[in-house]
Amino acid sequence: MATRYFGQPIKRNEDPRLLTGQATFTDDVHLPEMLHVAFYRSPYAHARIRAVHTEAARAMPGVVAVYTADDLGAYWQPGPLLVPPPPVKEIIFNPRMQVPLARDKVRFVGEPVAVVVAENRYLAEDAAEQIHLDVEVLPAVVDLEQALTPAAALVHDDLDQNLNAHVIQRKGDYTRARQQADIIIQRKLRYDRGTAAALENRGIVAHWEARNQQMTIWDTTQAPIPIRNGLAGMLGLSEKQVRVIAPFIGGGFGPKIMMFYQEEVLLPWISMRLNRPVKWIEDRQENFYATTQERGQVHWAEMALTRDGKILGVKDVFLHDAGAYAPYGLTVALNSQCTLLGQYDVAHYYSEFTSVFTTKPIVTPYRGAGRQHGVFVMERLLDIAAKELDIDRVEMRRRNLIPPDKFPYSNEIIYQDFAPLTYDSGNYLPALARAVEMIDYERFLREEQPRLRAAGKHVGLGIVTYVEGTGIGPYEGAKVTVEASGRVSVATGIGTQGQGHFTSFAQIVADQLGVTPEQVRLVTGDTAEFYWGAGTFASRGAVVAGNAIHAAALAVRRKILKKASDELEVDEEDLELVDGAVRVKGSPQTAIKLGDLAVRANPMRGAVKPGTEPGLEATDYFGPERGATASGVHAMIVEVDPETMMIEILRYVVVHDCGAVINPMILEGQIHGGVAQGIGNAFYEQLVFDEHGQLLNASFMDYLLPTADTVPRIETDHVETRSPLNPLGIKGAGEAGAIPVGPLFAQAIEDALHDANLEILEIPLSPSRLYELVAEAK
Amino acid sequence: MKPAPFAYFAPRSLDEALALLQEHGYEAKLLAGGQSLIPAMNFRLAQPAALIDINRIDALSFLEPASDGGLRIGAMTRQRTVERSALVAERAPLLHATMPFIAHMQIRNRGTLGGNLAHADPASELPAVMVALGARFRLQSQRGARWVNAADFYVGLFATTLEADEMLVEIAVPPLPPRTGWSIQEIARRRGDYAIVGVAATATLNADGRCHAARLVYLSVGEGPIQAHDAVAALHGQAPTAAVIAAAMRGASQRIEPLGDIHATPAYRRQLIEVLGRRALTEAFARVQPT
Repeated sequence: MATRYFGQPIKRNEDPRLLTGQATFTDDVHLPEMLHVAFYRSPYAHARIRAVHTEAARAMPGVVAVYTADDLGAYWQPGPLLVPPPPVKEIIFNPRMQVPLARDKVRFVGEPVAVVVAENRYLAEDAAEQIHLDVEVLPAVVDLEQALTPAAALVHDDLDQNLNAHVIQRKGDYTRARQQADIIIQRKLRYDRGTAAALENRGIVAHWEARNQQMTIWDTTQAPIPIRNGLAGMLGLSEKQVRVIAPFIGGGFGPKIMMFYQEEVLLPWISMRLNRPVKWIEDRQENFYATTQERGQVHWAEMALTRDGKILGVKDVFLHDAGAYAPYGLTVALNSQCTLLGQYDVAHYYSEFTSVFTTKPIVTPYRGAGRQHGVFVMERLLDIAAKELDIDRVEMRRRNLIPPDKFPYSNEIIYQDFAPLTYDSGNYLPALARAVEMIDYERFLREEQPRLRAAGKHVGLGIVTYVEGTGIGPYEGAKVTVEASGRVSVATGIGTQGQGHFTSFAQIVADQLGVTPEQVRLVTGDTAEFYWGAGTFASRGAVVAGNAIHAAALAVRRKILKKASDELEVDEEDLELVDGAVRVKGSPQTAIKLGDLAVRANPMRGAVKPGTEPGLEATDYFGPERGATASGVHAMIVEVDPETMMIEILRYVVVHDCGAVINPMILEGQIHGGVAQGIGNAFYEQLVFDEHGQLLNASFMDYLLPTADTVPRIETDHVETRSPLNPLGIKGAGEAGAIPVGPLFAQAIEDALHDANLEILEIPLSPSRLYELVAEAK
Repeated sequence: MKPAPFAYFAPRSLDEALALLQEHGYEAKLLAGGQSLIPAMNFRLAQPAALIDINRIDALSFLEPASDGGLRIGAMTRQRTVERSALVAERAPLLHATMPFIAHMQIRNRGTLGGNLAHADPASELPAVMVALGARFRLQSQRGARWVNAADFYVGLFATTLEADEMLVEIAVPPLPPRTGWSIQEIARRRGDYAIVGVAATATLNADGRCHAARLVYLSVGEGPIQAHDAVAALHGQAPTAAVIAAAMRGASQRIEPLGDIHATPAYRRQLIEVLGRRALTEAFARVQPT
């Protein structure tokens, strides 16, 4: 196989359109007669609804309709459970799913209660302001540790406590490991909520054409095919009558794979009811309430070690904040549980979590999706153990890394794809060594830091490792077609939100068919173009769709060779695909252009032989038996002003291993973006809820995203350990940058403020919080 | 995030604007640069019945030298114009140095000096700086005009002495006295954010190098610009050594009672009051040019 393009940092096919404003986003869809929708959302975190008064709103000028739960009739149904409970013994699982419009109770601020349809959004919002909700206010359930106490109000009245799930998973026998330990490190650690804050908020346009009996939906979803299947069922239509288009999307990060958002269920219904196209574009304020969030967990963790720093076992018990409903099953908590052990060879592990309902926005995976928490717990315990045992922190990690000869490495517990957690491949020591080299670890500690400290500067170093489970099943598919022009079209079902699919997928195809990536046109996220698939999530696009595209391209390549062999009367082995043509090796003038071959494969006269298909086209699928485990090391040097607790990141290093790399430039972009999001998560972003469940910072004035001045230049390098689980040998990279930044900050800041005797056991941090922690440590 | 309905007026002259203000009073809002008002309207936190857009009144936009060696600045002068003015850099270096702290360039391109000062946001740099500089504001209505000292203009949270029919039309910035240095210090989470704490300082030495006069004016620590009178009093007549400044600030920071919010506890703000006050005074005294 030629690999001219695979592995090359070629420029992105999609960028000219994106950079010149020629790409279609959902809000770019303008249809004649289109109506606009605004939602009336609960101002209360928890309340019993007595009545929803909509008369005044209905009477407002330009208002076409106002609907509440009662207007929906049989269409009013709780959403489906997207991910069933894992096959774990003695699991307790109480799924409770979101409803299209709150009927008896509201369970979080921002929950939709009524929907206004008007001639424009201004009028719709004016009318929504006239809706009055008559309620009995109930106590909010905000604090995770309080949520399970008998005094807590019940989020779901039919449960006897706010228990979404309880899961215990074990590897080995932690109790025995504990007995053999020289030292036990025990800590309580916290991680608080943030929001993905994609550049583009959510949006939906639904267009029911009664004459064609056809529903077209533009939706900012990461999973257009499941959305089509689900909505067809709900609307009583055939899947063939529903076309879902996920056009260009300005960032997904996980919350856009949530199904089914209330708005997603309502817009198509409204369009059918009114027989007019309707549009809803989420505004930024709504996004803070109505789009799913993540990250609230509290861990009680302990690590048992020998005197020389060998980890004997880890025990972790944690609470997970599910929010008001839990449509996504236990994915986030399972990820925390399954990522915690990281790159380390740990024989004994006990992990128990309780997922609790609170009266806060719904929690579903957001970039990292629980992995952050596990990595935070493990890396912090290692840092603390290293200090207690007086072992260098890098050496501490070295002594515990899984050696390369132990792969595939089984952690025995069940992962989010319900397969036993087995790392497919890995080679951790070289990546750690490379990061140590790049950040100049030894010299920094030996020379630089003492010199800076003597000069009164507080500069610290952090270095942490992580793994990322990626590329899980079930499957994706692709159709590859050589057109008569010689151009190649590729259709796949996953959605795209900025990952560079139009380029990296084109590179895969170009190598197989002997064309350039510019000659490959990709269509993604349009159910009219490809029928089957799951979606873009869990860092799986490149792994699963990439390999499906590879398989389909290979099938087309076989067809090309067979057809050309017949046409040229040359053995297939003597043919090669180069420069858009099939030609005879060593005799390049004997050739057929791919376009001509495509025409000959689709003849106007004669017959297509039995057992063959017309054209040069193939559809194929790929489903990995389990996920591929990527890994990496982040290191940074930070300066802290001990008087103001303001920080400056002086250096940031990432050494990353995601197997074979399709496009290193795109990969770097993924890592940079992830690191930026991780920095935000670690030091700037925090959703602050008061005791009434009110979000106190629902705007970008007070919710602080990382900006150009807070994200440093990021130095990257790669180690390549191929995955044996897919033909391309690739692992996912979508979430890597964001995962280990919390413990990295904690370690580096502790190091910088070495004289403060500080122990950082929570994320996110802030200057004010650091000041408090230092004061407490005194 | 769409504003509630409102009536819109775009007067061409100051007289016309003042007549509209007379007519609508507190029901109306003046639209200057709109960098605070428009977001507040989009959040429906502000729902004025009428907007009087004064962007077309050219007479309100000027920046010129005053006869006393200071500056006269029209209320509708864009912040970016103030920032880039060589005249401001020469005659009011503290004001010049403050401008980059105000939000982001795009906002300063649109935001106006008068709009910012009249909005009276306690987290805004310009009110504190105007108090530190001893600036005066000209307020005009159909009834006439009056001058008010910046320090007397601010009377509470987003509250000024402006009457319902009055408009801030001009800012008079006096020249710095001889042997006077200045400083602006602030801590914001990210560049351009509202300051957690900020402080503007001016400091004047007498001929023998002792503190003759000083102003230390904080933002984001109270309901408006907050002067640290105690710190300044403690410095009077003293040679401004590091120890003297530190001692003055230790006492003074305890007498300001900042509130907590999601970005800062009161204790952290008090720490910043002390640290930034110390840094500002140190820099201001260091900047004094011997005459």
